[in-house]
Amino acid sequence: MNRYPGIVASPGIVTGRVFLYRKTAVQIARKLVADTAAEVERYRSCVQEADESLSSLMEKLEVDGMAEQVEIFEIQREFLTDPSYGEAIAERIAETGLVAEAAVEDVSKELAEEFSAIDDDYFAGRSADILDLGKLLIGVLTGTKSHGLSSLPGPSVVIADDLAPSDTAGIDRDKVLALCTRAGSATSHTAILARSFGIPALVGLGPITVDQGIEVVVDAVGGALVLEPSPEERAAFAEAEAKFQDRKEVLLKSAKKPAVTTDGHRVGIWANIGSVADARQAIELGAEGSGLVRTEFLFLNRKTLPTEEEQYEVYRQIAEVFGKRPAIIRTLDVGGDKELPSVDLLPEENPFLGRRAIRLALSDPERLLYPQIRAILRAGHGRALRMMFPMISSLQEIQSAREAVEHCKEELLREGLDHDREMPVGVMIEIPSAAIIADRLAHYVDFFSIGTNDLVQYTIAVDRTNDAVAHLADTLHPAVVLLIQRVIDGAHAAGKECGMCGEMAGDPAAIPLLLALGLDDFSMAPGSVPFAKDQIRRLSKGDLEGLKRVAVTASSSEEIREETGRFATGLLG
Amino acid sequence: MIQETFTVKHGVGLHARPAAKFVKLAKKFDSSIRLRNLTRDGEEVDAKSLVKVIKAAAAQHHEIRVSIDGPDEEEAIKALTDFLINVPEEEQ
Repeated sequence: MNRYPGIVASPGIVTGRVFLYRKTAVQIARKLVADTAAEVERYRSCVQEADESLSSLMEKLEVDGMAEQVEIFEIQREFLTDPSYGEAIAERIAETGLVAEAAVEDVSKELAEEFSAIDDDYFAGRSADILDLGKLLIGVLTGTKSHGLSSLPGPSVVIADDLAPSDTAGIDRDKVLALCTRAGSATSHTAILARSFGIPALVGLGPITVDQGIEVVVDAVGGALVLEPSPEERAAFAEAEAKFQDRKEVLLKSAKKPAVTTDGHRVGIWANIGSVADARQAIELGAEGSGLVRTEFLFLNRKTLPTEEEQYEVYRQIAEVFGKRPAIIRTLDVGGDKELPSVDLLPEENPFLGRRAIRLALSDPERLLYPQIRAILRAGHGRALRMMFPMISSLQEIQSAREAVEHCKEELLREGLDHDREMPVGVMIEIPSAAIIADRLAHYVDFFSIGTNDLVQYTIAVDRTNDAVAHLADTLHPAVVLLIQRVIDGAHAAGKECGMCGEMAGDPAAIPLLLALGLDDFSMAPGSVPFAKDQIRRLSKGDLEGLKRVAVTASSSEEIREETGRFATGLLG
Repeated sequence: MIQETFTVKHGVGLHARPAAKFVKLAKKFDSSIRLRNLTRDGEEVDAKSLVKVIKAAAAQHHEIRVSIDGPDEEEAIKALTDFLINVPEEEQ
């Protein structure tokens, strides 16, 4: 096999030679130098260079809205001249005669250990910044700045396990054709970097083995990495690439216009986002709102929970990027396959059927629910935020969640803090029990948002992370389609809106069907927005009546797929 | 020699950006400026070193003591007091 599936983090198609990037530690010769004064001088000029590299990187990231990363670099720059770090290294060289690389390594390790020992996670977390800075300095000293990514042999496809900001610090953007990582998601650093460079990227490729220097095609349209393509494959991809570029240009020109069918039916094309940078990109690509603002990223890679203030700040920034466009913030959705170091999850026999998402939040509202609801309500003051709860299975959970919202409003009122008292509150419909009684639940919420990934998993009883059965997870299964129809009709009967924020909403094969079923808002990966708008503008809702009839009476997904396939448009048009 | 005691108001504590700002401010003055985290009963450290300030681990609501000694101690205490007391609401 020469074809490996991956998640498209930034679309495009490119052919090139592989530059395998391994995060191996640079071997340091621990030796003594004869001329310590000259060694201190060499060290000082490297500090200068590292400082310039951090400073130029900060500017770039500031443009991309990565405030948190900018802050880390700002602190690292301060460390460079700190008497206890940067200066301590110079003293160490002068006193011991150690080569600069070894002095950097020693002082960094010592200090990182001291930081780690602080009994407050927040402060202890700085230990990683020191180690990262040490690596940067050693990279500059050994002339392998950022371990090779700054000195690519030629235009290359970079393949790595995962890329951190320090890896890509000196990256030569003119020589990077594409980025591919074994780990990572569409919101990882690699993905954000690729989008800001405007180059194709595939992430989540899994543990693949690729040889240095071989030719590959990065098909970040179809979502595959193809090793050593045959001449035929190469020609086909070259053609697809040209087509993709042409089409992208055309679509981007009309991306900010609404999605109206040929018979005048308008739907909302929204984006799923997980950071402020995503929000900016979504607006750029024409998103009219966000049907899913994931908040898990605020909770990742840390041992303590984010405070209300931290959350407020991020939600406010996202709301400001969206302006008058609605943005639906989903409360914490962990458990199942998503774990967090700051939240103690008991081991469960069956985590997907266990205490996840809203169940977890309601079990410890003081820590997990109230701070988040308060932050959302406050950030929504004078802005167009909405709030949504995941994994609702019954009316009782909706009532508990709404009570929590009321409780927070009362508190905020008492404390005199500005907040949105009229914020629309909705729920995700992703469990069959909720879908079946959607018409009743609709009276208790302001909107529904269908989460198809879980709805499919729970309806068909298939674990999508299990390779042996993942192929059964079919969004066009007739039972799934019937449930979707039930949810949309249930919302409409109560005069409420129904959106969708699962993968299905951006799938060209599903869009005609969802339009036929009357879905109001489609929320998808930002990169899909221009394509979905284009597809909808070519469709007529009236023409889709036949498709709807087939879809709600079909016995197999093949029947539905055949019918909807007639209206599909791919990334290539 | 001037000594003042403050309660940390920054939501993240004297950490991250607030700590970096605090150190940058302290460095503007010629006087020696030292900081002690009273809540942790920590040792007095050089407030012009971000490393030392972070190691003091002054979280929100901790009591800290700032000691300033030198030719511009009056100006320094004024500037640092302003920084520690007038914390913008969004940073609290």
